[in-house]
Amino acid sequence: MTAFLILLRRELSLAWGKGGGPLLALAFYAGVVTLLPMATGRAPEKLAAVAPGIAWLALALSALLSLERLFERDFEDGALDLLTLGPASLEAVAVAKCLAQWLASGAPLALAAPIAALALGADPKIIPLLVLCGLFGGLAFAFLGGLGASLALGSRRGGLLVAVIVLPLYVPPVIFGAGALDALNSGLAWTPGLYLMLAYCAAAVALSPLAMAAACRNALD
Amino acid sequence: MLRTVLIQDLTISRGERRLFSDLSMALRAGEAVALTGRNGAGKTSLLRAVAGLLRPEAGQIVFEDLEAETARAEHLHMVGHHDGLKSSRSAWEELRFQTLWSGGSPATARQAAERLDLVRLLDLEVRRLSAGQRRRLALARLVASPRALWLLDEPMAPLDAVHRQTFGDLMAEHLVSGGMILAAVHDPLPIPTRVAEIGG
Repeated sequence: MTAFLILLRRELSLAWGKGGGPLLALAFYAGVVTLLPMATGRAPEKLAAVAPGIAWLALALSALLSLERLFERDFEDGALDLLTLGPASLEAVAVAKCLAQWLASGAPLALAAPIAALALGADPKIIPLLVLCGLFGGLAFAFLGGLGASLALGSRRGGLLVAVIVLPLYVPPVIFGAGALDALNSGLAWTPGLYLMLAYCAAAVALSPLAMAAACRNALD
Repeated sequence: MLRTVLIQDLTISRGERRLFSDLSMALRAGEAVALTGRNGAGKTSLLRAVAGLLRPEAGQIVFEDLEAETARAEHLHMVGHHDGLKSSRSAWEELRFQTLWSGGSPATARQAAERLDLVRLLDLEVRRLSAGQRRRLALARLVASPRALWLLDEPMAPLDAVHRQTFGDLMAEHLVSGGMILAAVHDPLPIPTRVAEIGG
């Protein structure tokens, strides 16, 4: 456990440091949220209808931002060797990395999402659900993103490849989350969508570390 | 404590190319083996196989009295030509992490920094260090958290004469205290070594 905390601290400092971190993700998020309404039309009632969806989808896109460096940096400079030879299993290393990624960008984004949704004219009653979806959906995005990043290890076109691997995996949580938000917005039962998303998130957190560890071992070999 | 490492009938291939086959050797407490051979002969691959980072095609590596997994997680250090240092972090942050990660404490990290003449550099970002300084920073964890087996890949290459001497002394002390060294080298090490030519 201590080894895990030592690593988490390092990963957070790397994720928070130069060339990444919450500010960049938030700026990108603000950009996407401003851009999407320009394509959908800016009539207030129309915007209010799509606002929760936009605020939610932009979270998924922003989660892609710094994935490329998640494993690649350590792979290139030899630190992945050191991490492999350490006291924690590679699975635990993968969990620490994804958790740090979530703390440094997923969680701040989830807290920023209500501001974006309100600015676009969304009904304030969706705010708690949006934050909840943002936090847990963000966790799923971080772990699935880590899976994509580990599978792309060693390829020259890392960034694009990660996005291509990861986007299909983002489809279910995006649909479930958007479904829950839409249901709440129109006064229908919103819990099924939320439960499905939470279940998907739980599966992603539980299973993807195994795949990430295997992908790292494979890349090092 | 790890006291013997046996490499048995090891065969390693990279892609289609066979680097070496049926390599066997034993490394016992207090011994150092210098791996020599032309570039690309498989010295680094052998070190990585011992560290468990690379799957050999055939043969095995036995750590006496220990599970291979435990031995690798707790009893060996590997310092390769990729030093694993993050250029955006300070030398102290990196040394501290590497030391804690391999079982040492901040105090032993500090002592190692003194031993390797790194104290003045600890506040600098790693990107500001020269190649030799970076290597010393990477080597510092050998001192900061004692482990029996050192796997070294060209450890001396970027070091200046003074620090070659320092590191030579460190290796000699490590052997005296029952440690083992397996090092890929082109120039002879300043300690008594057995030489093993790879891929002859």
